[in-house]
Formats: sequence, C-alpha cells, structure tokens
Amino acid sequence: MTEEIIIAGFGGQGILSMGKILAYSGIMQEQEVSWMPSYGPEMRGGTANVTVIISDEPISSPIINKFDSAILLNQQSVDKFEKSVKPGGMLFYDGNGISRHPEREDISVYRIDAAEEASKMESSRIFNMIILGGFLKIKPLVKFDNVVKGLAESLPGRHHSLIPLNEKAIRRGMEIVKAVHEV
Amino acid sequence: MKGNEAIAEAAIRAGADAYFGYPITPQSEVLEYLMAEKPHERTGMVVLQAESEIAAINMVYGGAACGRKVFTSSSSPGISLKQEGLSYIAGAELPCLVVNVVRGGPGLGTIQPAQSDYFQATRGGGHGDYRVIVLAPYSVQEMADFVGMGFDLAFKYRNPAMILTDGALGQMMEKVLLKEQQPRMTEYPEWATTGKGTDREKNVITSLDLDSAGQEKFNRKIQDKYRQMKEEEVRFEVTECEDAEYLIVAYGTSARICQKSVQLARDKGIKAGLFRPVTLFPFPEKPLREMAEKVKGVLSVEMSAGQMVEDVLLAVNGRIKVGHYGRMGGILPTADEIVEALENKFAKK
Amino acid sequence: MDKTIVKAGNLVYRRTPVMNDNVMHYCPGCGHGTVHRLIAEVIEEMDIQSETIGIAPVGCSVLIYNYLEIDMQEAAHGRAPALATAAKRLMPEKYVFTYQGDGDLAAIGTAETIHAANRGEDISVFFINNGIYGMTGGQMAPTTLPGMVSSTSPYGRDIKMMGNPLKITELVARLPGAYFVTRQAVHTPSSVRKAKKAIRRAFENQTHKKGLSLVEIVSNCNSGWKMTPVEANKWMVDNMFPFYPPGDIKLNGKLVNKEKE
Repeated sequence: MTEEIIIAGFGGQGILSMGKILAYSGIMQEQEVSWMPSYGPEMRGGTANVTVIISDEPISSPIINKFDSAILLNQQSVDKFEKSVKPGGMLFYDGNGISRHPEREDISVYRIDAAEEASKMESSRIFNMIILGGFLKIKPLVKFDNVVKGLAESLPGRHHSLIPLNEKAIRRGMEIVKAVHEV
Repeated sequence: MKGNEAIAEAAIRAGADAYFGYPITPQSEVLEYLMAEKPHERTGMVVLQAESEIAAINMVYGGAACGRKVFTSSSSPGISLKQEGLSYIAGAELPCLVVNVVRGGPGLGTIQPAQSDYFQATRGGGHGDYRVIVLAPYSVQEMADFVGMGFDLAFKYRNPAMILTDGALGQMMEKVLLKEQQPRMTEYPEWATTGKGTDREKNVITSLDLDSAGQEKFNRKIQDKYRQMKEEEVRFEVTECEDAEYLIVAYGTSARICQKSVQLARDKGIKAGLFRPVTLFPFPEKPLREMAEKVKGVLSVEMSAGQMVEDVLLAVNGRIKVGHYGRMGGILPTADEIVEALENKFAKK
Repeated sequence: MDKTIVKAGNLVYRRTPVMNDNVMHYCPGCGHGTVHRLIAEVIEEMDIQSETIGIAPVGCSVLIYNYLEIDMQEAAHGRAPALATAAKRLMPEKYVFTYQGDGDLAAIGTAETIHAANRGEDISVFFINNGIYGMTGGQMAPTTLPGMVSSTSPYGRDIKMMGNPLKITELVARLPGAYFVTRQAVHTPSSVRKAKKAIRRAFENQTHKKGLSLVEIVSNCNSGWKMTPVEANKWMVDNMFPFYPPGDIKLNGKLVNKEKE
C-alpha cells in the first residue's frame, strides 16, 4: 500500500502541521513516510502545500505530481490541484469561500465544512484537525490511537494540554464529512 | 525529522566540537536546531551565530586550525561568500565540514531547491588549484549519515568536505535512524595549534609560501591527495541496471525523482536504470564508463542547466550518446517529464 | 658569540627565547619589529609560551609567525578576530591574540573587529596603525589622514571624494564587550615601556574573562611615507598624534573620558 496525499491551502490554516501529524501517525504504525513541504517566503497568509506519502515499502520519490488524495482548503488550491488527482482518487475540500466547486466526474469528492464547524466550536486553531478527521473517516489510513500518538509526537510539550480538544475536533470531522460525488 | 535537523543532530552525535553559521533560507533549521538543543550542555560543543558567512567560515578555519571537528552550513549565496575561507582552509590543509543546502541562482535567485552549485562544489569553488570532497545525500537518512562520513574523510585527507544537498532534502521529513552519541576528541592531531609545548617545534597553520618552488611543491602534494581520493573514495549506487538499455545519471533530489522515472519507464517497456553518484568529487568516472559501455544512451538529469553532464561526458568519453534534462530556478522535474525526455532523446526511433 | 664573555652581573639585555634569530623583512625604522619583541617578552615574562596562540593578518606582518616561537594561524585578510573567536571558545584556558594592521582591522575586517569586540570575546587585539597599506606599496588606508599622500591618493586624501579617516579604536571602546582599549606608540624608549605595559595588561585581562582588549600602536611607515625613519617619527608625532592621540581610552570596562572624541 502506498498513499500519496497533497494538502494545500493558505499559510496559517495548519496545512503543514496536519501533514506532520499524518506522517508521524504513519511512523507510529511502523510505515515509511515522507513529508515534503513547498515553502514560500511568507510566514502567514501565503499559499502552503505539503505532500505526504505513507507506504508499506521504502518511498522512491518524495516529489510527485499525481496524488491519490487531495485535501484542498482554498480556491487557489482547488483550481491548481483538482486536475492532479489520479483517476479514481479522492478530493476533500471545505466549502467555505469556494465559488468554483470541484467538477471532475472521475474522482470522489467530499466536503468537510470545517471552518464553519470550528467557529461553532469557538476555536479556529482546530480547523485542520476537523479536516483530518473527515479525511480519516473516508480514508482510514492510520488508526485513531496512532493519530493521537502522532499528535503527541509532533506537538511541542507546552501544547500537550490541547490534545483532548484536538481529539474532539478529529471526531467531529468524522461526523460532518459528506459525500458530494462518489465513483 | 527534517533533513536540516538530521544534519544538526547527527553532528552533535558525531562528536563535533563546534558549529559556526549564519541564517539563510532554506537551511536556517541547522542553526535553530543546534541552539534549541543546547549542545554545550549535551557534549560541550560550541555553537555560535556569526556576523556573516565570511566570519563563520573563518571561525571554522580558526577552529579547524586547533585540530577540532568543526562545521558550518549555508545556502548558495552564503556558500559563495565562504569560498575565500574554503580556499584558505584547503591551502592550509585543514579538515572541516561544509553543508550547502542549494537554492536556485544566480544572485539572490530563489529560495526553492536547485542543483546549480555543482560546478562550484566539485571544481574547488574558490581561487587556486584545490578540490573539496563532495558528498550528495538523497534521503534524510543519508543527510544524517554523511555528517560522520564527511568528518572522517576531512580528517583522513586534511581537506574540506562538503555535503551538497538542496532545499527539498533540507525541508523534507522522513524517518531517520541516528547513530549513538560518539565522544568528542580528547587528543588532537600533532599539527594543531594548541600551544607550543617544550617538547615540540611550533605549529604554524598557513597557506602562504612566497617561494614559487615551494608553492609548486605544495600544489603537487595536494594533487596527490586528490588522486588518492579518486582511487579510494569513489561512492555510487545503481538501481535496475542489470539489463538496462538506457542509463539515467542523477544525484540527490533528482536521483530520488528518477527512481520513480525508472519504474514508469519500465512500465512502458523502456529498460531504464539509475546510476547515482554519491561522491561528486571524486566523481565515479570509471564505474560509469564501464556501465555506459553496456547501454545505448545515457541521460543526465539535474536541477540545473547542465553541469554534472560535463563529468558524465568526460567519463563516457564519446563512446555513446549523452543527453541532458534539467529544470532550473527552483522547479523540480517530474518523473513523467524525465521519462518523456528519455523517450525523445533515445527510445523513440 | 662566546657566552662566557657576558657575565651574569653584566647582562643588561638579551633576546627573549620567544623570538628566534630569523632576519626580519621589515624596513629599518619600522615599528613592527619592536611590537613583535614586546609581545614576545610579555609572553616570556608571563610564562605562557605553551598556552599562547597568535593569529597573523594579511599585510606587512603576515610573516610574524616566522619570528615568534609560538603556535600561530595565518588568517585571511581581515578575518583574524573570527579565527581568534573560534580558537578561544574551543580552548578557553589558552591565551589568544590577533596582530593586525589598519587595512586588515579597520577596512576589510571591520565587521569581524566590531562583532568580536561587541560579543566580548576574551582575546587581545594588537592593532598597528601607520595610516597606509605598507605591503602592497603604500596605498590609502582607512586611517590615512586628510590631505595625506599615498599611491592611491597621490594629491593627498580628499575627504569629499575619499571619505574620512576612521577612528576605529574609539568606535570599539564604545562597545559593551570591550574591556580595555588603549592607544600607544613605540617611537621613544618611554613610549616602548608604556606600550609593553599595555600589551601585558591586554594578555592579563584574558584571565578575568571580562571582554576584549585592544591595544592600538600608532606607528610609522617610512618607506610608504617616503621619508627617513627619523623624519617619519617626527611626522608621526606632528601629524598622526593630534588625530590619533596616545593614551588609555577604556580601562576596566569604563571609558576614561566620555567627552573625548
């Protein structure tokens, strides 16, 4: 099994850390992983994307241009990466701020309205965990226990008190993800 | 662990005595990681943020002259600034390790990964007839492993060693197995400037010889070292080359992408193999020549306008057709593009 | 020489064993030889020959390591304080000094000088200021006086066109990491004695770990200035001293006279 994933959106949405948690979760279950960011000079507000590969075998190239799953969290990302999903693959997106929705017929499309949900839960910082929950519900690549371990591994010690809130957000994401179109 | 962090941690564990650096994207994590780790508490290692890349390489020079294991890291524009110091260090026959996390140039260029410093790294880089041992990792694991190897080679030859990597490997995270902590040195080489005891002559570390005959003699001596490196230190790796009809030559990040290209090409029925130089100086000239004799064509793939391809051409020496495929300015080639280039160049006939 | 001729009671001077018999390449009348000797004598008197590492500059004194019997490193132009920083940090128990000219310390190496001082590196910096690039043939230096003739200011230093001479010693004195800053000369027996005291103090300060010591020696370059040694020393007193007045600038971490420019 090899799963090639791209996560893309605005800097500050927690794109890189979501990828990191996913990668660490893979390590927790003894899989090979790679985490390859595309970085810009901005710290916040610019575009950010990260490629995460989780595999049972050694990873050949960590740099890829076709993906099994794409998690696209702003309009630019949908525009840029919708076409990069392999036929039969999956696209996840947040409807917030999207005017041109994904259109491809040959892939499965799921919507996770995480921004809205995060504001209901009164914490914009768990946005990315709601997305991660929605993704893992459809694509159970890593076990929930291992995600929690991955969280602990990738968060600095001073933030460990936030783990229960993050867990709650992941579970909420699993509840709210809905299929738009399935192949 | 990120590639840059792996280098920093591996250096602490290799028993490095000091690191001197200056921030520049995409390698600042090396200095950041070292500062956060407090290596002065772990091993007594000295870490200092210098006022410039020039000061940093000259601190490396001073530390190396004391016989210590010292290193620095930077990215392309900063490495250009370090070239004067590197030339002095090579001219004074001192060991040190330099990490270049390459970004696209020329000038300020881009902060995205590139391989356009190949000429600078493998031809010496600064003024004078000297070479630097150049190691090219292609995974985060090798980023860590080559630190200890770089120090060992630097001390074996009393010559600078360089890890030539790029922003992709520096920023990428992969699993990495780190070596156990090695103790720092307690005894130093006999040439080190540690204070002239009554039991020995004074030690002078210098690259100056105003007598031309003496300077030529010195040059012959260091050329002998480079010849010995070519004999003893060549490292490379081959993948799927047993029955290959076409050879892709690539190092570092490009080699990683080309692994995928080899699979894609074979899926299409093109028998491709990958030859990956691990040491760029000394370049694996002989093994590549032998390998090239069995194939129909060689494609050199680099994130540059074509620099390593010159070494490939020298190795193959006109026996078969050599092509180049490269992307520049911080753009990574895709695995598909490379297969297409291979087809266009050789297979479509 | 038959050593028996000199009886212990009659010995008034001998060469310190920290120097050797190599014939110096300096021009007659140059201050470098005197300063080399003072440094060597202080090293002998403090009994720190085996604990001292010197850093040589690029310039006339590039070959200082041919004359001193201590371990030395030859730096790239201007970078001696960077080498010294590393040597001292890796061997904090040793005595580390740099020996630099005005082009080396105050032009190409300004950043290294300022930052080593500002970090408070526990090193001694000996700075020979003769207002000219001696080794390369008498070009204008950062310390060349207004109106002073050099091979690259053949009609005299024109401040409007070529900028002002730099009082880097005063600049360094104002940095919190500098502990002892003084300006001396070696043109008369009394000035030599004073300069030696300053050099000794600069070495001794390394045991206090309180910061950098800088001893500037205003000197002549009779060849570059195109004068006889005697004329050059007189010219130095008449012209260099008013602009670069000898005396202590910072003692024990405190500026001696805050009003002094």
